[in-house]
Amino acid sequence: MYASIKSFASSFFVTGDPLIYGADVSIGLTSIAILFVLFYFKKWGWLWREWLTTVDHKKIGMMYLIASLLMLFRGGVDALLMRAQLAMPNVHFLQAEHYNEVFTTHGTIMILFMAMPMMFGLFNMVVPLQIGARDVAYPYLNAVSFWLFFFGAMLFNISFVIGGSPDAGWLSYPPLSEMSGSPGVGQNFYIWGIQISGIGSLATGINFIVTILKMRAPGMKLMKMPMFTWSVFSSSIIIIFAFPILTVTLALLFIDRFLGGHLFTMDGGGNPMMYVNLIWMWGHPEVYIVVLPAFGIFSEIVATFSRKRIFGYKSMVFALMSISILSFFTWVHHFFTMGAGADVNVFFAIATMAIGIPTGAKVFNWLFTMFRGRIRLEQPMLWTLAFIPCFVVGGATGVMLAVAPADYQYHNSYFLIAHFHQVLIGGVVFGYLAGIYYWWPKLFGFKLNDRLGKWAFWLWNIGFYVCFMPQYALGFMGMTRRVYTYGWDMGWGPLNLVSTIGAFLMGIGFVFQVWQILYSVKYGERDTTGDPWDGRTLEWSIPSPPPMYNFAVVPHAGERDSFWEEKERRNFAPAPPVPVAQLESIHMPKNSGVPFVFSACWFVAGFGFVFGWLWMAILGMVGVGVTLLIRSFQYDTDYYVPVEEVRETEVAAGRAV
Amino acid sequence: MQHAIGHGHSQGADSHSHDHGHHDQESMKVLGFWIFLVTDCLLFGTLFATYVVLKAHTDGGPTGKELFEIPGFVAETFILLTSSFTSGLAVLAMNKKKVGQLIGWLIVTVLLGASFVGLEINEFVNMVHEGATISTSAFLTAFFVLVGTHGLHVSVGLVWMIALMIQLKMRGVTPVTKRKITVISLYWHFLDVVWIFLFTIVYLMGVM
Repeated sequence: MYASIKSFASSFFVTGDPLIYGADVSIGLTSIAILFVLFYFKKWGWLWREWLTTVDHKKIGMMYLIASLLMLFRGGVDALLMRAQLAMPNVHFLQAEHYNEVFTTHGTIMILFMAMPMMFGLFNMVVPLQIGARDVAYPYLNAVSFWLFFFGAMLFNISFVIGGSPDAGWLSYPPLSEMSGSPGVGQNFYIWGIQISGIGSLATGINFIVTILKMRAPGMKLMKMPMFTWSVFSSSIIIIFAFPILTVTLALLFIDRFLGGHLFTMDGGGNPMMYVNLIWMWGHPEVYIVVLPAFGIFSEIVATFSRKRIFGYKSMVFALMSISILSFFTWVHHFFTMGAGADVNVFFAIATMAIGIPTGAKVFNWLFTMFRGRIRLEQPMLWTLAFIPCFVVGGATGVMLAVAPADYQYHNSYFLIAHFHQVLIGGVVFGYLAGIYYWWPKLFGFKLNDRLGKWAFWLWNIGFYVCFMPQYALGFMGMTRRVYTYGWDMGWGPLNLVSTIGAFLMGIGFVFQVWQILYSVKYGERDTTGDPWDGRTLEWSIPSPPPMYNFAVVPHAGERDSFWEEKERRNFAPAPPVPVAQLESIHMPKNSGVPFVFSACWFVAGFGFVFGWLWMAILGMVGVGVTLLIRSFQYDTDYYVPVEEVRETEVAAGRAV
Repeated sequence: MQHAIGHGHSQGADSHSHDHGHHDQESMKVLGFWIFLVTDCLLFGTLFATYVVLKAHTDGGPTGKELFEIPGFVAETFILLTSSFTSGLAVLAMNKKKVGQLIGWLIVTVLLGASFVGLEINEFVNMVHEGATISTSAFLTAFFVLVGTHGLHVSVGLVWMIALMIQLKMRGVTPVTKRKITVISLYWHFLDVVWIFLFTIVYLMGVM
């Protein structure tokens, strides 16, 4: 009995590496601490009522944000482990297998469990407020999306201590990711973690398309929408066309692994390149999914902090929509070396370069918006200014990579690594951080401290260039990605050491940001006006943080930047309070615990599939079906916020008399 | 249900405006379902692409021509097409507010759908008995996944339809149940369209 438990445990839990034991201990201690706090302060009811069952888009957005920052921490630690390993030649800090796991989880987490939730957090926190809505189109589905993401991310992350991490790269190419190359459960964690959260992402895409099409305030025609809302719309369109491909691709890989299929195997007539094509048909649009909202954020910030309307609104919209279409015709540029032939490669090379045109138009529009504007260098604007040169260089190296014949030289070298980190950090991360700084006061009611924020800003920026500029050179010197160590004779040592120093500077920048948040919770400048940046769009017309129903009176938005126009009309005098008689009871959705339970059932099913425990997988899937049916039979899902409560809230905020 | 309404209610939210709010909400859900069908279309599109790419990769194993039995898949086709017709009749009955007729046509639809699934399972079992399993060749993996995904969709639709019949029995035709029936009939017709492609690309082109 003891022997069988011992043998089970030794294969079930990851063992052997001191780093893992350290992680085990810290995970255990953190869990105990959380449980202790919840029991000691009797917070279980609060947690369930206010957070786990909420369908409020603002709270869901905050949960996305917190989860994504935790994932940024984990993905960042992975990055620092890699840079520590590569700092000097012949280092044996990590073993080869461990290094493979670290770069796999770093990539997967940063794209799917950091960038995506941070983006969805911003969607949720901002879009309904910006279009004058009281929630998204399907608040219940929105909660389902969040909890699917959450449990998918948990499933992926426990592979660190249970069963073993995936180690076949962030896109898990077969045949390496097939049973022949990866017989362990790590790949199954990869497949199910992404699959479960991916279903949630797809649902969010549908949700925001309908929200933007159907829930806008009266008067807000499509061409009067704020730029961020446009960018969310274009990003959501890409989501609904790209994510089904990911779902199918991962399912097919799992069928190969679980049922012995031969879709992507080397034997039985399988074709591994089919997988590579499919995964990039999702994977390339995916980078536009995450970067377009960042473009939208920059457009809002540039206009606000230059005190001007955005330059070239129509061309901005056209650029967003054309990028969302072009993004589907570039996937082969990730593997020009497949040997598809000159004609095919030329098509994809030209399509790739064509994306540079709308993107370039956007860069010029941002510059022209700033031209002769009254620029204020607040934190969101700093990140925007840092983004522009960084992204231009990243874009230029991207066009270099798009030159198909030359790509045979750069392919899978550190030149590529430097390029995509430059567009993903310089574009996406800078953009989302700018967005967080910008909208933080709206959601939380206080600004983030300026002094600490500037430290973080400079550390991130200097660290970025110190880290990634040497990698372009290393790529030309022949260093390929995913090597876990290299010899003294290669001559790569000095530049790698510089790069590692840069990575740690960015790490320190992140620590400053955590400190900044904690410090500002206590000492941050409170926002009593609801309009701390002198904003232009509807979200700034309501108090910070907004009441649960957002808008007591649904606003009319007949022009672009309608809040700004309204402020100009009243000469920037305070908005007159609304007579209480005009307030009405407000129709809102009820909270529900079903999304949480439903997603937890997916987690159970996913865990069962990972280990091939059919009883557990079936149990989980039955739970999924039952929770769906329970929801189908619920008809009492909404209520009216009584008019007295609306009046009290508005009078207390000084917005009604 | 999930009312975060984008437009203002008239004073006091009387029963009329309440109904109006519901109407809006329900039509928004139908729109969302159309977009879901777009994504489902892409899901099947990807599976079709995989099937077409791997169709000739039989690895020396049986081909479609040897495996597919014409009477079987023709019967499946007629049954599924008929069920699509009867689900249309159900919607017509719903528009006339005839709950009994509506449930009756849904029962016919479910029975036809169930016999379709039964025939498909029978086909799969026969193939496995002949030694053509999911792990025989790339062609067969792609075949079982593509056809099986469609069959799984139909099976989910059956459970869903039965649940809706119970709700109709409990509540009659209301704006909410009406929307639910509209949505499942969209789903059902969609599966029918997908089957026409399966019939053509997998079966007809397979036996040709």
